[in-house]
Amino acid sequence: MRITCPFCGPRDRREFTYLGADVWAEAPGPGAGLDALDAWLHLRDNPTGEGRELWQHEGGCRAWLIVTRNMTTHEILSVDPAPGAGGKVA
Amino acid sequence: MRYSGLKVLAEGLRGNRGWTQAWREPEPRKEYDIVLIGGGGHGLSTAYYLARNHGLRNIAVLEKGWIGGGNVGRNTTIVRSNYFLPGNQEFYGLSLRLWEGLEADLNYNVMFSQRGLLNLFHSDGQRDAFARRGNAMVNAGDDGVLLDREGVRRLVPYLDFDNARFPIHGGLLHARGGTARHDAVAWGYARGADSRGVDIVQNCEVTGIRVENGAVRGVETTRGAIAARKVGIVVAGRSSQVAAMAGLRLPIESHVLQAFVTEGLKPVINHVIAFGMGHFYISQSDKGGLVFGGDLDFHASYAQRGNLPMAEHVMEAGMTLMPMIGRARVLRSWGGIMDMSPDGSPIIDRTPIDGLYLNAGWCYGGFKAVPASGWCFAHLLATDQPHEAAARYRLDRFREGRLIDEEGTGSQHNLH
Ligand SMILES: Cc1cc2nc3c(=O)[nH]c(=O)nc-3n(C[C@H](O)[C@H](O)[C@H](O)COP(=O)(O)OP(=O)(O)OC[C@H]3O[C@@H](n4cnc5c(N)ncnc54)[C@H](O)[C@@H]3O)c2cc1C
Ligand SMILES: [Zn+2]
Repeated sequence: MRITCPFCGPRDRREFTYLGADVWAEAPGPGAGLDALDAWLHLRDNPTGEGRELWQHEGGCRAWLIVTRNMTTHEILSVDPAPGAGGKVA
Repeated sequence: MRYSGLKVLAEGLRGNRGWTQAWREPEPRKEYDIVLIGGGGHGLSTAYYLARNHGLRNIAVLEKGWIGGGNVGRNTTIVRSNYFLPGNQEFYGLSLRLWEGLEADLNYNVMFSQRGLLNLFHSDGQRDAFARRGNAMVNAGDDGVLLDREGVRRLVPYLDFDNARFPIHGGLLHARGGTARHDAVAWGYARGADSRGVDIVQNCEVTGIRVENGAVRGVETTRGAIAARKVGIVVAGRSSQVAAMAGLRLPIESHVLQAFVTEGLKPVINHVIAFGMGHFYISQSDKGGLVFGGDLDFHASYAQRGNLPMAEHVMEAGMTLMPMIGRARVLRSWGGIMDMSPDGSPIIDRTPIDGLYLNAGWCYGGFKAVPASGWCFAHLLATDQPHEAAARYRLDRFREGRLIDEEGTGSQHNLH
């Protein structure tokens, strides 16, 4: 598997670290309540088809990326910088 | 008794023509008291204990493929009860005790072999952690013995004790741990459930769950609608999809775990050896193949095959631990889909929908859980009360902050 980092170009999957579904990037604000925290931390759509995820190009430019992937074929459909790329999200 | 040494001998002399089908192949009926979705280890053991312990018989197990085609036939068969946290301790302790009586109970040879599980440590800090875990295991009624370096060497002299990065300082031996033949576990439970009247329906995929006024009414399947008073979801790596049929969103992310087996060799590895620092574990099957594996591929996946980077990592770790296996040829590798929960522990609970029950989140450790999971899930389905050994496996524990995080890695699905 190869991931094309928008900053560094195509790189081996081993340079990247996986965090999880892209909901990680949308941390609820203070006072959001238990349900919002539960949904953010724990609950997942967990699709069999296309899904958006957070990966970090840890062994490269260290930018956080939104990778859109097919979970059954592992085909990578797009790679974009995460909002505020570079800041650790979780 | 259907299976015995005498029977094997007699059948051998008669050309094995006298064996009959181990379970029926019934057409699904229009209605059952209880429908279990998923004919893996957990679905089959649940059906068996519903019949055996609670006298219920009007039950169907609906399996989209064939019995034993899921993770129950894809795992590396390690059975252990070496847990640290309350919640897991009582549950896996019960499971190991059930394993110890399983063959007699099922009248089926599942080749359960308590060859001992050895977890290696490589530093003073790790030794202290293992001593603490061993004490917890003993306090919970299970067994654990801390071995020093020479103690480990006496058992498994072929390891590389002086590896520069991970010198072996000792190990925690869990003598009652071991392996079993995974297919036989599925078949034994299937036969036991079938002979007590449970319908095991293969090639029957559940495509919808009927819910009316907050209560379950039955399921839609590729072989027609089936009404049911109670429905249990027991589908391992597919939990999120099946739960979504009833509008539920689960705290689960699916990941692929790989395993490998070599050509058959003469007996050489007599234990299960876990090299946690290298993410590697190994045992030898009764056919002689070295069976080994490592960690998840670490990214979400529904492909029942793995990626090469993890294959390479596992091979490297194996060579680090026991260079002698370098000449063995790998015959096969494969992957299975794990439903990873946010704390690495499972869920055996009711759902917010009346009559709909959930058994999920087994991560990579659900084979050893097959007996206790069926025992406790059957208890819940039959009595509507959680079994005391599984009372902490609640679905709402994540929201409530009552995590059972054995590895202490926090709420990230792939880190357990
Ligand atoms: C490589 C690997 C190594 C492992 N090693 C170990 C180990 O050493 N020790 C250990 O304890 N555990 C291990 N595990 C984990 C263990 O195998 C699983 O946790 C356990 O088998 C899951 O429960 P199950 O047997 O019920 O799953 P499965 O056998 O997967 O059963 C689920 C069934 O549900 C069916 N299903 C899904 N959707 C539907 C539907 N819509 N309708 C009808 N049926 C459906 C599937 O076809 C499947 O047969 C390992 C797993 C893997 C992949
Ligand atoms: Zn980059």
